[in-house]
Amino acid sequence: MNKPIFFDSTLRDGSHVVRHQISIETITEYCKMIDGSGVYAVIVGHGNGLGASTLQVGRSLHSDLEMISAARAALHETKLGAFMLPGFGTIKDDLAPALDAGVDLVCVGVHCTEADVTQQYIEYVTGRGKEAIGVLMMYHRAPKERLLEEAKKMQSYGARAVILMDSAGSSTVDMVRQTVEYLVRHLQIPVGFHAHNNLSMAVANSFVALESGATIIDGTTRGFGAGAGNCQLEAVVALLQKNGIDAGVELYKLLDAGEKVLKPIMTKPQGIDPVSIVSGLAGVFSGFAPHVKRAAEEFGVDPRDIFMELGRRNVVAGQEDIIVDVAVELAKRQTQNV
Amino acid sequence: MNRKKIQCGIIGTGNIGMDLLFKVRRSELLACSIFTGRDPESKGIQKAKEIGIRTSVNSIQAILDEPDICEIVFDTTSAKAHAIHAPILKKLGKFVIDLTPSRFGKMCVPVIDLEDGLHSENINMVTCGGQAIAPLAKALMEIHPEIEYIELVAAISSKSAGSGTRANIDEYTQTTKDAIEYYSGVPRAKALIILNPAEPPIRMHNTMYAEITNPKLEEIIRKVAEVAAHIKKYVPGYTLALEPTYENGRLTIMVEVEGQGDYLPAYSGNLDIITSAAVRVAEEYARKKYE
Repeated sequence: MNKPIFFDSTLRDGSHVVRHQISIETITEYCKMIDGSGVYAVIVGHGNGLGASTLQVGRSLHSDLEMISAARAALHETKLGAFMLPGFGTIKDDLAPALDAGVDLVCVGVHCTEADVTQQYIEYVTGRGKEAIGVLMMYHRAPKERLLEEAKKMQSYGARAVILMDSAGSSTVDMVRQTVEYLVRHLQIPVGFHAHNNLSMAVANSFVALESGATIIDGTTRGFGAGAGNCQLEAVVALLQKNGIDAGVELYKLLDAGEKVLKPIMTKPQGIDPVSIVSGLAGVFSGFAPHVKRAAEEFGVDPRDIFMELGRRNVVAGQEDIIVDVAVELAKRQTQNV
Repeated sequence: MNRKKIQCGIIGTGNIGMDLLFKVRRSELLACSIFTGRDPESKGIQKAKEIGIRTSVNSIQAILDEPDICEIVFDTTSAKAHAIHAPILKKLGKFVIDLTPSRFGKMCVPVIDLEDGLHSENINMVTCGGQAIAPLAKALMEIHPEIEYIELVAAISSKSAGSGTRANIDEYTQTTKDAIEYYSGVPRAKALIILNPAEPPIRMHNTMYAEITNPKLEEIIRKVAEVAAHIKKYVPGYTLALEPTYENGRLTIMVEVEGQGDYLPAYSGNLDIITSAAVRVAEEYARKKYE
């Protein structure tokens, strides 16, 4: 196993949990504690990335630039990263100002079959002399051959690495192993894995990804993140240690950051509720959970049935409007069956 | 009156070029005299040949070689390519209708400023999201000039987004936002674009949000229905999916656009709205010419 590097997405994926209300103080404190821990990069900002503070997915407490500037002031050794989804932000309004404010690295994310819309952003970031990482979201929705095709596009645009995002926490061990091995074998750039914990496999799947040749683990401290949460970085570092692999990260620093900075802002422990398990089973984007629960209540249907139907319809991130559609249909069926 | 159809050239043989070709063929005022791209293998070129349209793989050079071949030029290539094409076509004195998000010419949304557009020699058709929502944003701002923020979420099916749209995703997003600000006068707008690969493909779906207190809902509903009816005249599949609704301090309007199925199937309302708007401009140009 190669020595992995770690991306810490706590302040970005965790933003979903607190409806994008992470304060500047939290960002500053967290970055101070992680800086120099051996973590490669801290990703900061709205859960949906640059330019995503909107009525559609929720407003941030602070602007992108306020969050980036706070993190910039606190990070000296660990790199400062941002996340961006094409279609949410633009170069002029969002990406250029973020780079001007000192972002070192940008993860450009996209649904796993749509990599060609990342070209402009990867090339722009690379052209500015910064590091661009391609992120294939909801990777479980495409066969490995298609994922390779999309990853190769990102590689050709200049991405320094490609990260597979298990956005629905829907991976089995075999899926991770086969996909990662295949990509590692056919790509010239490093492969990373970003896990979600719907089926309680985030740490295990991350470990399998490393065994299969991945060299980047993207996770969060305390597993703080959308839906059932993410791969808990402290746990994966400890697990590597038990396996005799030096992760190059100071475990206590991660534990302290989780305990002292995150714990106070977590409204409940990060856990796997029944709806998250069904959403993982159905392979539906983790971030849908609050919307599904609301619609289930409003229309008097079972949230688990909504998730299963969303899975059958193959919805992707950003299709929150379909949730109500499904809830209405299920409610109609119920009435007919009575 | 014996009307001769106005000859049109179409540059770019992708999804938008093909859809446009079918609409021009249906028009009583327009005809396509040259369909030109770069890729001899393109499905568009093959299909155009089959139906007896003159084609070329020399892109704009085909028009340079034979300047009298057409009077109107539709450019469906890409924002970057249009920046090169525009000055060449200007020299040739063509009436140019640009369907890329290049921002080179004057923006035109027919229901708002068709007349102004005809005074320019290069007209930009903004984007599909801009065509769908800018008129509604303008109507809303006329009733509530105090609104400070309007947001658009445009979801389109992956299948209907060709390589040009994808290569221009940044210009597309930025131009849509800028068009909403330009036409409505709202101080700040935001556009979100979502590519959706779900099967079966979704119809083009637009959601507009505005932050507002005390909306004059009846007046808004009336006005929005009126504007939608005007757009429907040249985009038959334009439908209000959710009439103006107020909840949680925000006004929401949803619009779906079903295509006429000219080239791509009906789910591609995003292509239909921009090609329909472009044909509307060209036909008005033709009408004026024969007045």
